[in-house]
Amino acid sequence: MVDVVVIGAGVVGCMIARDLSRFDLDVVVLEKEDDVGCGTSKANSAVIHAGYDAPPGTLKAEFNVRGDAMFDELCEELDIPFRRIGSLVVAVREDDMKELKKLLERGRDNGVSPLRIIGRSELLELVPNITSKAYAALYAPKAGIINPFELTIALAENAAENGVSFRFNSPVVDIGAGEDGALVVRTPHETYRSRFVVNAAGLFADEISRRAGAEPYTITPRKGEYLLFDKAYSDLNVVVFPTPTKISKGILVCPTIDGNLFIGPNSQDVEDKDDTSVTSEGIDEIIRGAKELIPDLPLGKVITSFAGLRAVSDNNDFIIEASRKVKGFVNVGGIQSPGLSSVPAIGERVVEILREEGLELKEKGDFRARRKRIPAFRELTNEERERLIQRDPAYGYVICRCETVTEGEIVEAIRRPVGARSLDAVKRRTRAGLGRCQGGFCSPRVIRILSRELDISPLQVTKGGKGSEILMGRTKEFIEPDGDHHAS
Amino acid sequence: MPARELVVIGGGPAGLSAAIEAKKLGVEDVLVIDRESEPGGILKQCIHPGFGLHVFKEELTGTEYAERQITEARDLGVEIMLDTMVIELTADRRILAVNSSDGLLELKAGAVILAMGCRERTRGAINIPGYRPAGIFTAGVAQYFMNVEGYIPGREVVILGSGDVGLIMARHLALEGARVKSVVEIMPYPSGLIRNVVQCLQDFDIPLLLNHTVVDIHGRDRVEGVTIAEVDQQKKPKLDTARHIACDTLLLSIGLIPENELSRMARVEIDGITGGPVVDQNMQTSVEGIFACGNVLHVHDVVDWVTIEARVAARGAAGFLRREKARRASTVQVTAGEGLRYVLPQKIDLGGELEETQKFFMRSLRPMDRARLLVRSDKGVVMSRTLRSVRPSEMISIKVKREILEQKGHLEISLHEGSERGA
Repeated sequence: MVDVVVIGAGVVGCMIARDLSRFDLDVVVLEKEDDVGCGTSKANSAVIHAGYDAPPGTLKAEFNVRGDAMFDELCEELDIPFRRIGSLVVAVREDDMKELKKLLERGRDNGVSPLRIIGRSELLELVPNITSKAYAALYAPKAGIINPFELTIALAENAAENGVSFRFNSPVVDIGAGEDGALVVRTPHETYRSRFVVNAAGLFADEISRRAGAEPYTITPRKGEYLLFDKAYSDLNVVVFPTPTKISKGILVCPTIDGNLFIGPNSQDVEDKDDTSVTSEGIDEIIRGAKELIPDLPLGKVITSFAGLRAVSDNNDFIIEASRKVKGFVNVGGIQSPGLSSVPAIGERVVEILREEGLELKEKGDFRARRKRIPAFRELTNEERERLIQRDPAYGYVICRCETVTEGEIVEAIRRPVGARSLDAVKRRTRAGLGRCQGGFCSPRVIRILSRELDISPLQVTKGGKGSEILMGRTKEFIEPDGDHHAS
Repeated sequence: MPARELVVIGGGPAGLSAAIEAKKLGVEDVLVIDRESEPGGILKQCIHPGFGLHVFKEELTGTEYAERQITEARDLGVEIMLDTMVIELTADRRILAVNSSDGLLELKAGAVILAMGCRERTRGAINIPGYRPAGIFTAGVAQYFMNVEGYIPGREVVILGSGDVGLIMARHLALEGARVKSVVEIMPYPSGLIRNVVQCLQDFDIPLLLNHTVVDIHGRDRVEGVTIAEVDQQKKPKLDTARHIACDTLLLSIGLIPENELSRMARVEIDGITGGPVVDQNMQTSVEGIFACGNVLHVHDVVDWVTIEARVAARGAAGFLRREKARRASTVQVTAGEGLRYVLPQKIDLGGELEETQKFFMRSLRPMDRARLLVRSDKGVVMSRTLRSVRPSEMISIKVKREILEQKGHLEISLHEGSERGA
């Protein structure tokens, strides 16, 4: 019997797990994929929004503003980069000003500060190559950028260090009530009896809720496509949004925390919750959209494209509540934008809901809130590098040349709690393979290290979990003996 | 900070050839820094023949070519530092490198030769739509897996792009028992050498689909197939021609990019067309004392030319090391005119050493069965030659007499289809 099962190891599930790890509880996180953050958490705009978008009175508005205020401390504790570089909503068409004023007012109602409308000259100082059509912008100087998968991984690591157990490749196939009032959660290999279940299954939260017999709702996957540019071609230092439309904040031009530039996302409802394919129409659309903000984008320097899916609920707001039908079951669904910005506040709220539902929360004496990130060789001073190499020579061997990632970092990423077991998992933890050559140089080397550290054959090393094995056999294995030789 | 005479960055064919030549020219202290565990660069995975016909006057495999160079370099006393990554280079030739045994190494070089080679263009560079599953490899990475590590990347393969590495891999995969279903090329002509099209595709009945491209990649975990389509003259796919090919692997052979991150750090001027440094006849870059050769400078078709170019760079560096100070006199700018993508070297330093004749390398923009190559100075056409079966995949080289260069001013080289002079 455990105290809480969290379904889903996205940023929301990992945040909840980490918040619960403060208390003397048995917590298990079940994840259908091979790693944390494999769904919406790894492919989104990575912006911590100021909080002027959502209408006052919605959960989105409330949690965005509260969550945003919690980010500085959270990132400091988890030792992950977070920069408040500011955001702009740019007015281009005549009616856009009306919309900016509406957003300004909404922002003030939601409690966002500072927030103001700036004219073209100030806009030009922030973005010298902004379109000549831009005449004003709503400026939120405290909006932030973060690496969302780094956040997810840091939360998971910290939760695991504090006793939370993570089970991967564990899709929930059944949830039911046990005889003693506990909930029974089944994966293909295991069965858990738990007093509480938190449904943080992202795109699949509706299916989990239905399976548990809790309140029905629908999650619609809404696809957003992105293009990522080579690091060497960006000096943008602010998030640039167009004036929003009804369904989306629009296609933005934005720096990542690691110094790349990206454009996107568009917004397209799709049928399939696994449809993260990129389309040529989508790429055309985001290029067109981004060029309306910044016409001289370095389009020849795109290093990759990707797509993510937003988990959109029926009422277009977050669903964060205890089920009235199934005792002990808590839904955390529909966490789309500003979901990432709201994450710390969602964690806090879910703990509160569990307490209200009868979970006894006794603080642990030995909770460790602080987690240290893997040393990033590329960011260190030469003195720090020397010290690191002296301690562990593997930090002197560069594996990924585009991002200057060393063997030491990769080994550390594999050996940590909730460690990397695939090429993509290493990439998300260290940036090896995220650079301009997209793993051309480092992937064979990372495969070798994964194979050695996990004590598996290179043939078993995957890109991102079972079924995505990279190599198909040893040489000479496929050669069929031809008739003549066979006969002899 | 230790001072070294000549530091060569990169121990592939360009770096080794330059180091060997520098030693022969009397440079005493030659250090080659390479990031891999063995020198030889990309040749280490080139187990096929076709190398060395010009330099060694016999046909070798890539590995044999490398072996000869490694042996010669070591015999001559070239120091080769392995498993070492150069992470910084400055315009005053300070080098920061790192490895696990020495930690950080700071060096001051009398002269530097850039020989970092190139990298492959990836899927992102051409925005192929679809999923991002396992089973998509650049041809060179697939070649590394097969020839160095001994693993096969796939059983049923489609190759996008007809670059030489892709063609070589098509044959190799076929020999390994994999099925190569198609080589798909967006251009109306193959981008690799004709001999490779014949020996690697035709001889193995592998279809080459020109004017085609991949418009979708299927499969979430592993590639399950690709959709290909014919393209129109603007290279836009004609969607009514789209068809599905089942495969588990997609290899990309869509071009090579000179790897000049270190050059940029040292503020070396980069040519927008070649992707490599702008150089003079001694392969000296815009930064004094920094030279470049091989694929870091421009992508070559045949390794022999890399060696020949590297020797020029070594002579330039040796000359630079002998002199107190470089003499920078007036320069002749050399540009690519009609019909040519680029010409190299891009400038002639008349204060530098000039041979009796100067060799220029260039690539055509499109195939031409018969073409007229014209060299124009400020005075008009000063030289012309007729060429047969010009292909963008094959480097053109011509020799220009010193007198022509000494006329100063500007030189334009152009290529005109047919035997008559263009309008």
